[in-house]
Amino acid sequence: MPQQAAAPTAPPADDIWLKCPGCREIAFRKEVERNLNVCLKCGHHFRLTVEQRLAITLDRGTWRELFADLAGGDPLNFTDSRTYPERLAAARRSAGRHDAIVVGTGAIEAHPTALAIMDFNFMGGSMGIVVGHKLARLIDFARTHHLPVIVFAASGGARMQEGALALMQMARVATALGRLRDARLPYIAVACDPTTGGVAASFASLGDLNLAEPGAVIGFAGRRVIEQTTNQQLPDDFQTAEFLLKHGMLDTIVPRAAMRHTFALLLDLLAPPVRPVRQRSARPRRSSSPKAD
Amino acid sequence: MARRGPLKVAAAATEGLAPIARVRLARDPSRPQTQDYIDGLVSDFIELHGDRRFADDPAIIGGVGRWAGRPVMVVGHQRGRSTAERLRRNFGKPHPEGYRKAARLFTLADRFRLPLITFVDTQGAEPGVGAEERGQAEAIAANLELMARLEVPVIVAVIGEGGSGGALALGVGNVVLMQENACYSVITPEGCAAILWRESGPDKVAEAAAALRLAAPDLLRLGVIDEIVAEPPGGAQRDPAAAIATLGAAVTRHLSRLERLAPARLRQARERRFAAIGAPFLSSIA
Repeated sequence: MPQQAAAPTAPPADDIWLKCPGCREIAFRKEVERNLNVCLKCGHHFRLTVEQRLAITLDRGTWRELFADLAGGDPLNFTDSRTYPERLAAARRSAGRHDAIVVGTGAIEAHPTALAIMDFNFMGGSMGIVVGHKLARLIDFARTHHLPVIVFAASGGARMQEGALALMQMARVATALGRLRDARLPYIAVACDPTTGGVAASFASLGDLNLAEPGAVIGFAGRRVIEQTTNQQLPDDFQTAEFLLKHGMLDTIVPRAAMRHTFALLLDLLAPPVRPVRQRSARPRRSSSPKAD
Repeated sequence: MARRGPLKVAAAATEGLAPIARVRLARDPSRPQTQDYIDGLVSDFIELHGDRRFADDPAIIGGVGRWAGRPVMVVGHQRGRSTAERLRRNFGKPHPEGYRKAARLFTLADRFRLPLITFVDTQGAEPGVGAEERGQAEAIAANLELMARLEVPVIVAVIGEGGSGGALALGVGNVVLMQENACYSVITPEGCAAILWRESGPDKVAEAAAALRLAAPDLLRLGVIDEIVAEPPGGAQRDPAAAIATLGAAVTRHLSRLERLAPARLRQARERRFAAIGAPFLSSIA
């Protein structure tokens, strides 16, 4: 279920000091930034902007954005306290992009990869038509170009202002992933803080490998909703990456400093860059479709 | 949610109903539910239980039987009618084991080439500690991909409330039918009002219901559903037998059309159906 942005990503950039929400210690902002926005004292992972994520994930100069011009409208003519076009316009102005996701290709330690990064600052990273279609198009592009796919999820869920059209994007992306899976191209989903609702209940949980950043909140229903409906005291670590790992929902939690190299290792292991084409028919691992390539 | 008896709706057509009134109709426990459609339309039905991993979730029922003579798999949410049954079925709000039971039946349908018919009727997936621990998000996500891949006809009928991901997890079909007074939404009007208006009063809930465009005519126009199935005057609860017959005829019509398609073509058609949703509302901005 969709949620609104709870905590801001980071204090304004002109602030010299930073208070860590993990350990409540005061630190030099510059120092934290140099440490990939991870607290030096307690290891708390601050949320990253799309640009910060790109910079620490890809080999320098390899990023090529795709479908950047795709934008959406107001199919429902939706109004709450403000109209949806007003909300969209405000989000576009402050984010400098049309919607809550950026997709493209790049290299990670020389491994060509299709990459998607959700922008939690853009209406809580909510998934509407644009997010669904850009992701699905990226996945189709990866299949055509024989690339693995990595998605950094960060979202409160489906975008309410696009109603059932937003809901349907969950199926839209899952459909594209089904085809990618058939092509045996690896899909790595990385749950960042927070990954909830319809995004958690779709592509963010469908990785061949499901990874997460330490401390990320990941879950289907919102914590408050569960507290209200069950009247139960929830454990402190409820719906954290560590909680999901314990319950068997994640392959591994990867600290930010190790993320890039972990991708490179995994891609080496799952999709070796050199693939002797001739040997494919010699010992098929699984029965493949009778259609000749 | 307070229990409600049959609603007093004028026996005239429900066309002019406010969206929130449709939501109440969709939730009416005296409306025909999945079990009623099975009883009325499926012969030789054998209910199949359990996900083979954890439990049997009574919020989802399913099994094999015959639909107008042909073997089929039927799966649907079951809300229940009496208070005792509603409690036992968790008001039709499935846990992960419910979705995993459904997944097991979907796989069986695919293996034995049985057309799949699903009935959508849930407020949403259960939000709870156990559900989260056992991977509610993963269970729903897995069903979306699995349904997309099936190489048999998949017909979805929204017969009550289509509540968010918990509904969609049974909703990836070649054809999505929707009864006149059913609704289908990304979030309940109550949830939407609480988040966007930060209020939960009846006025704001009604406003949210209207804003979400959750009624069948809107969803047909938006391309989310393919056909509206008429209900008896005043709603399906007024004349369940007629409602069941009308829906049954619509399903049979689509079944006869879809079963002529090749397996791979069925999957492809479903993929294209979902790939097209929302596309008309996209534009390119340099």
